[in-house]
Amino acid sequence: MDIHEYQSKDLFAKYGIPCQFGRSAATSEEIISATEDFPQGEVVVKAQIHAGGRGKGTFIDGYKGGVKVTSSKAEARTIAQKMLGNTLVTNQTGPAGRKVQTIYFAQATNIQKEYYLAILLDRATSMPVIIASTEGGMDIEKVAEESPEKIIRLYIDPLLGLQAYQARLIAYSLGFEGEQVKQMIKLLMNVYRLYDEKDCSQVEINPLITTPEGNIMALDAKINFDDNALFRQPDIRALRDLNEEDPKEIEASRHGLNYIALDGNIACLVNGAGLAMATMDIIKYFGGSPANFLDVGGSANEEQVTNAFKIILSDPNVEGILVNIFGGIMKCDIIANGIIAAAKNVALRVPLVVRLEGTNVALGKKLLQESGLPLVAADSLTEAAQKIVELAA
Amino acid sequence: MSVLVNKNTRVVVQGITGQAGSFHATQCLEYGTNIVAGVTPGKGGQLFLNKVPVVNTVHDAVTEHGADTSVIFVPPPFAADSILEAIDAGISLIVCITEGIPVRDMAKVKAKLKGSKTRLIGPNCPGIITPGECKIGIMPGYIHRPGKVGIVSRSGTLTYEAVWQVTNLGLGQSTCIGIGGDPIVGTTHIDAIKLFNEDPGTEAIIMIGEIGGDNEERAAAYIKDHVKKPVAAFIAGMTAPAGRRMGHAGAIASGNSGTAEGKVKALKEAGIAVAPTPSEIGQTLFDIYKK
Repeated sequence: MDIHEYQSKDLFAKYGIPCQFGRSAATSEEIISATEDFPQGEVVVKAQIHAGGRGKGTFIDGYKGGVKVTSSKAEARTIAQKMLGNTLVTNQTGPAGRKVQTIYFAQATNIQKEYYLAILLDRATSMPVIIASTEGGMDIEKVAEESPEKIIRLYIDPLLGLQAYQARLIAYSLGFEGEQVKQMIKLLMNVYRLYDEKDCSQVEINPLITTPEGNIMALDAKINFDDNALFRQPDIRALRDLNEEDPKEIEASRHGLNYIALDGNIACLVNGAGLAMATMDIIKYFGGSPANFLDVGGSANEEQVTNAFKIILSDPNVEGILVNIFGGIMKCDIIANGIIAAAKNVALRVPLVVRLEGTNVALGKKLLQESGLPLVAADSLTEAAQKIVELAA
Repeated sequence: MSVLVNKNTRVVVQGITGQAGSFHATQCLEYGTNIVAGVTPGKGGQLFLNKVPVVNTVHDAVTEHGADTSVIFVPPPFAADSILEAIDAGISLIVCITEGIPVRDMAKVKAKLKGSKTRLIGPNCPGIITPGECKIGIMPGYIHRPGKVGIVSRSGTLTYEAVWQVTNLGLGQSTCIGIGGDPIVGTTHIDAIKLFNEDPGTEAIIMIGEIGGDNEERAAAYIKDHVKKPVAAFIAGMTAPAGRRMGHAGAIASGNSGTAEGKVKALKEAGIAVAPTPSEIGQTLFDIYKK
């Protein structure tokens, strides 16, 4: 699960991780009150969406830039008004862009030096890893390619947590001295505490800066959370922004369906995530374009298939549906009856190819063929993919 | 022959009285798996299906009923605790079926496994089966047939596709290991392939992977240097969009890491035959093994 920058900064404040003075606003009134008690000096006005590339983005009404700096409070309010409710298109949002429902005002800060700091799970070792670098404010993947020696990786024992000596190691490796070492250690401990206590999958600060006065603070904040742990993080769940999610995906998760919208025209409905990915792949292999990923899980019954069909058919791009179910424990005749009933429940406006395999497959196919519905029962996955690509064309 | 489980394996089912546990324990018993006990805290003293004793702790299952292997059907908030309990009780092989365990919990479990003699398969996996001898998990038994092809996979139903193809080609499986779809798993592709490589009863190997992480790439490097038996592979997720979690918690690729293309490239460079579609996994193996 993702959250907005302003929510991340809020969490940072709760965990004693220093940030610039900041205020968020979600209405015109809040824009006024947020800027009222702002300190004098430059203000950064930031459109809040989950995607990056906001600075270089353009709003759909032509207004340029989702991140702006101004020294006038009045201008900050004007800029914020232009952004609020507007739709911002960046190189990460896709052409439709994302509606901006919150603005974040941050006190502009003088920067002495920029660093990079992140903590995430290292899959190779199954341990949390702190990644730190003196090369902040730029694309860390580029730094990793061009100057890997400038990247520090420090692995944390999940049973022990971050130890003081490890925090010291990072601070000294980044070149900190004197009082700043203490600041950095405190910051690292707090970042780890946040990562651990809130079940984060990643906390990224780019850039982490030092000010001319010698303070260390997080200028940006990106936090992602482990979806598997949300059941035990109610305050994090409350930060979810449905506006940032595809309505079809929200609807699907309400029914316990795993659905991801893509931009093709051939929808698929499969039991099992690996098989669902493989089904998307074979559709593409035969020249089609998958419209979605959909794992109906172990419950491919009439109700779930009906829910899945409705969500699939709400996508106007869909011109064909491929159902691929391997019924191991679930019997194919039961699945076939479920599909037939579901197809009758929805207005099937596109060709449907069904490929079943597993227990009672012959009976399942017979039921499909005799259903009287305009559906095609395929024998193999290859045949099914070829058929649906042909019919959807 | 087989790896890890056979007709002598003594299995305890953790969560035996729950919905998933009772259904699948029944299926495994019907297959012939030697389930010696079940654990549901508070229900000790009961008899499951009038034949399997239910006890309160894994420790009891080990000391009173000689369990050496455990299968876990416990919901996500309590599953890691169940794994830790089994490790502590001296279980040699734990198979954790549960999907949805928080990553933080699994990181701790994995750290705990390091010092122990216990091997973990999963979580978020269909289990392990040695056809004709022992089924520990949720896979349909009938699609399997005793034979000499070892299969290791992150997936469930995609594995069954491959198994069924192999069976229908007249071959059989020595052991099928579902390692699961999570980012932290107890047994990786390499771990399974090492076992197959050393098993005299396994003559060929099928490896099924997907986007996310670099286990397939590591396995490819290992295979290149150490495995002479024929290996065929399939990687799911060529069409998966970047940065999205495709069902499995571990199935997420970003710009240049964990992509399907990268994995296929590494496998091909290691001399492994890669099936172009999921329908051709069995045939791809057959062509390098039997022709």
